[in-house]
Amino acid sequence: MIYDTAVIGAGVTGAAVAWQLGRYDISTIVIDKAADCGFGVSKANSGIIHGGFHHSTTSLKAKLEVEGNLMIDAMQHALGFPYVRTGILVAAFSEEEMQTVEKLYKRGLGNGLKGLELCSRERMLELEPKLQDNVVGGFYAPNGGTIEPYRYVFALMENAMLNGVEFRANTKIVSGVFKDGIWQLSCEDGSVIEAKYVVNAAGLFADEVSKACGAEEFTIRPRKGEEYLLDRSSDARPDKVIFPVPSKNSKGVLVIPTPGGTTMIGPTADMIDDKEDVSTTGEHFDKILAMTRNMVKGVERRDVINAFSGLRPAIEGDDFYIAPSEKVPNFIQAAGIQSPGLTASPAVGVYIKDLLKKCGLILTEKSDIIYENPPHPEVRSLSDDEISELAKKDPAYTRIICRCEQITEAEIIDAVKCGHTTVDGVKFHTRAGMGRCQGGFCSAKILEIISRESGIPMQELTKRGANSRIISGQLGSIEVKL
Amino acid sequence: MKEFFCDAVVIGAGAAGLCAASVLAKNNCKTIVIDREDQPGGILKQCIHNGFGLRYFKEELTGPEYACRVAAMAIQSGAELMLGTTAVEAKRNSDGSCSFKVFSRDNGVARVTAKAVMFTTGCRERTRGNIITPGTRPAGVFTAGAAQKLLNVAGYLPGKRAVIVGSGDIGLIMARRLKWCGIDVAAVVEIMNHPSGLTRNIVQCLDDFGIPLYLGHSVTNIYGKDRVEGVDVTKLVDGKPDASTTFHIDCDTLLFSVGLVPEVELAKQLGVKVNPATGGAFVDDDYETTSPMVFAAGNGLHVHDLVDFVSEESERAAACLLARLNSAKEEKTTEVSVDKTLKYVVPTLTRPGKKVNFFFRPLIVANKAVLECHADGVLLKKRMIPFVRPAEMLEFELDVPENCSNLNFALTGGELL
Repeated sequence: MIYDTAVIGAGVTGAAVAWQLGRYDISTIVIDKAADCGFGVSKANSGIIHGGFHHSTTSLKAKLEVEGNLMIDAMQHALGFPYVRTGILVAAFSEEEMQTVEKLYKRGLGNGLKGLELCSRERMLELEPKLQDNVVGGFYAPNGGTIEPYRYVFALMENAMLNGVEFRANTKIVSGVFKDGIWQLSCEDGSVIEAKYVVNAAGLFADEVSKACGAEEFTIRPRKGEEYLLDRSSDARPDKVIFPVPSKNSKGVLVIPTPGGTTMIGPTADMIDDKEDVSTTGEHFDKILAMTRNMVKGVERRDVINAFSGLRPAIEGDDFYIAPSEKVPNFIQAAGIQSPGLTASPAVGVYIKDLLKKCGLILTEKSDIIYENPPHPEVRSLSDDEISELAKKDPAYTRIICRCEQITEAEIIDAVKCGHTTVDGVKFHTRAGMGRCQGGFCSAKILEIISRESGIPMQELTKRGANSRIISGQLGSIEVKL
Repeated sequence: MKEFFCDAVVIGAGAAGLCAASVLAKNNCKTIVIDREDQPGGILKQCIHNGFGLRYFKEELTGPEYACRVAAMAIQSGAELMLGTTAVEAKRNSDGSCSFKVFSRDNGVARVTAKAVMFTTGCRERTRGNIITPGTRPAGVFTAGAAQKLLNVAGYLPGKRAVIVGSGDIGLIMARRLKWCGIDVAAVVEIMNHPSGLTRNIVQCLDDFGIPLYLGHSVTNIYGKDRVEGVDVTKLVDGKPDASTTFHIDCDTLLFSVGLVPEVELAKQLGVKVNPATGGAFVDDDYETTSPMVFAAGNGLHVHDLVDFVSEESERAAACLLARLNSAKEEKTTEVSVDKTLKYVVPTLTRPGKKVNFFFRPLIVANKAVLECHADGVLLKKRMIPFVRPAEMLEFELDVPENCSNLNFALTGGELL
C-alpha cells in the first residue's frame, strides 16, 4: 500500500500531526522506533503548558506556543488527558531579576497574552504562600498550566487511530528515497513503507532521518535535563508552577505541581553528546535541591520518590525548524522542537498539515470525523456513586492494584486494550507504579494483568520494549550447582 | 453503598493485624480486619524461609506457616476478615467514631465505621528513587521484596546475575534465595560500616554461600540502556565516595534492600502525628496515637526485626484498645526521650505508676554496652546488653516511678566497634 503521508516519529509533534491528518480523507501512517508512542523526548518532559512570554515575538516558536496554548482546553475536553491550568508565577529574588521580569512581562504583552500581572512581593505571596518570604516580586501568567505529557501523546494518537491513522511501533527507518513520486522508506527489519509525503518528526534523531533521506544536513544535540519527583505528601507542592527568572539558555529549575498530585523539581540543562544518555547524577540533585529551596518552602530530600532525565532536541539557532525540505520533494522537516514544543504542539500539528497542503497534498475533510476519544474512567477522581455504577458492571473497578495512586484493575485492563503492553506504557496511561512505593507492591500483579490481557507471555514483557525484559525465566529453569 | 459497623476496625491483615484482631474478637469486641490482598498474612506470605515463631510459638516456622497460624487464630476468635479490600479514605465522625471508605472485591465501594481503629499497616521498602542512586533507568531494578514476591509467589526469576544494594534482612534472604535458584549473586553493597540485617542472616545467607559483602561502599552508577548491564561500586572515605576506589561489577539485576518505612498515610487522615525518628505514629504507653481511639502496632508503628515481637506488641496494643473502649483516657504526663546513641523509643508518652515495655533501635555498634534510664536526670535503672547492633531492637521493662515527668534512655560504656 502507498500511504498519502508517513510521519516518522510518534512523539508529541508526530502525534499532533497525525491527530490533524486523521480528519482528512487520506491514508496516514506513523512510524516509531520505540515500543510505544511518546517514548522518546516527549515522555521525559516537565509537562508545562507555557504561557508564551519566554520567546521573542517574531519567532515561529512564540507564535505556535501562543496558538497552541489557546487550543489546549478544548482538546482536553475532546481527547481527555490530565491537564490543569494552574497559572505560572515567575519569582524574582533581587531587584536585578525584577528588571528581567519586566522584560518578560512586556514580551508577553507583545505576544498578545491576556491577564498578565506584574506582582509586588505581597501579591506574589498572596498568589502562592509556598514561595520563600524573601521573594522581591515577579509576574503571574494565569494562562500557563501542567499536563501529563505521555497521556497527552497517547490521547492524540488514540484519536488519530480512531480516525483511521495507522501506527507502527518498533520500526526504525534507515533510509529513504524519492522515486517516481513516491517515498520509499526502508526499515531496519528490511520492510519498505511507501508514501507520497513524509513528515520528519524524529525528535533527537531528526538529523539522522533527514540525512538518510537525502534532505538537509543539520545537527541535533541533546540537552539533558534532570528532574526529581516528590511524593504527593510533600509540603513543597505549590498551587501554581513556579519559575525562576530565566537565564539565556534555559527557563531554569522549576517547582511543578503535576496534575497527578506529585511535585516535580527540575530540570537542569546540560549539552551532551549521547542521544540515549538519560542517566541521572547525584551532583545535579544537590543543585536542584538548593535552587528550588531558594524559591519554595518545604522541599525535602526525604520526599524524593524518583529521578529521571530527558533530552531536549536542540538545534542551531533559537527557533523550531519546521519547513518543507529545499533539497528533496514532499518532505516536511519538523526538527529542533524543544521547549515550548509541548505547548506549541497543537498549533504545530495544524501548521504542518497546512504545509503539506501547500506542497500539494489534497486534503478533503471527512464527513465522519471522530472528535472525541472514548472515556477512560479514572476511579480516583470519580464520585462514590459513579464508582458503584461502574463496579456493578465490572467488579474490576473496585479492585485496587496500585494503592499508592489508587489505580484499579479495570484501568490497567483499559490501558492494555488501548495497545499499551509495556510496563512503562501501562504506567504512563494509568499512573500505576508512579507513587511512593514505585511499584514495589504492585509490579508483579501488573505484569500478570498485562500478560493475561495481551496474551504476551510473562517472560516476553518489557519495561519499554527492545531488550528491557523484566523476567529472565521461570523458577526451576536453571540447573542449580551450589 | 454498603455500610459495616463494628467496635474495632483493624487496618491490615499481616501478623500484627491478625494477632490484634484475635485478642479483640476473643473479648467480645466486634472486629473487622481489612486487607487489600485476597489472602491474609501480609508480607509473611512471600517469606518462604524459616526462622519465624521461635519466641511466639516456641517452634521454627516459615513465613506462610506463621501467617496461617495467626490467621486461624483471628478467624477462630470470631474476627471478620474483609479481604480484597483497600481502605482509601479515613475520616472522624461527629460522634467520635471513625469511618473508612473501602474499595472491595466483594462489596464494591463500601463504608466501615468503628468506635476504635487499630492501624497495623506494615511498612514499605525504600526504593532506588528514595536514595537517589545515579545512573540509567533500565529494567532489572527491583526492591528486594518485589523480587521476592515475583519469585516466591509467582515463580519468576528476576535475572541471571545480581548485585544487592543494602544489607537489609530481605536483601540478605534474597541473596541466598537467588543462589538456590541458580542465579549468581556478585555482591552485597552496604553504605554503612556495619550490616543492616541480623547477624544470623549475614552468616546463613552470605558467608555460607561465599557472597562478598562490601561494607562502607556505595553503588555510584548504574549502567545499561534496556536492561541493567553493571554497576560501579565506590568505597566511602569520611562518608563520601572516593572515586579512586571505584570498581565495576557486571550484572543484569539490582535488588535494593535499603530500609523500610512504616505506612502512615491513611492514619494521617485521622490527624495522627508521625514521629520522624520511627516514621510511624507517636504513641503513648497504651499504643494510642495522638488521635483518640486510634491505635497503632507492628511494623506500621516502628520497623521490628522479628515478627514474634510484632505479634506480642499488637496483642498488648489490642488489650489497651479493649480497655479504652470502656474507660476514659488516662492523663499521660511523663515524656520519654533518647540520647544520640539510640534512634528512637516507643512509646514516647507514659504516666507514673505504669509498667511499660520500651523498645529502641540503637545507632551504635558495641559489645557489652549499658542501657541506662534516667528519671528526671537521676539514674533509675540500667542493664548490660552483650551485643548492641542497629539491626536488633532493644527492649526494656520499667515501672515508671511516681512524680516522674521525664524519662531518658541512653547507651553508655561498652566496647564500641
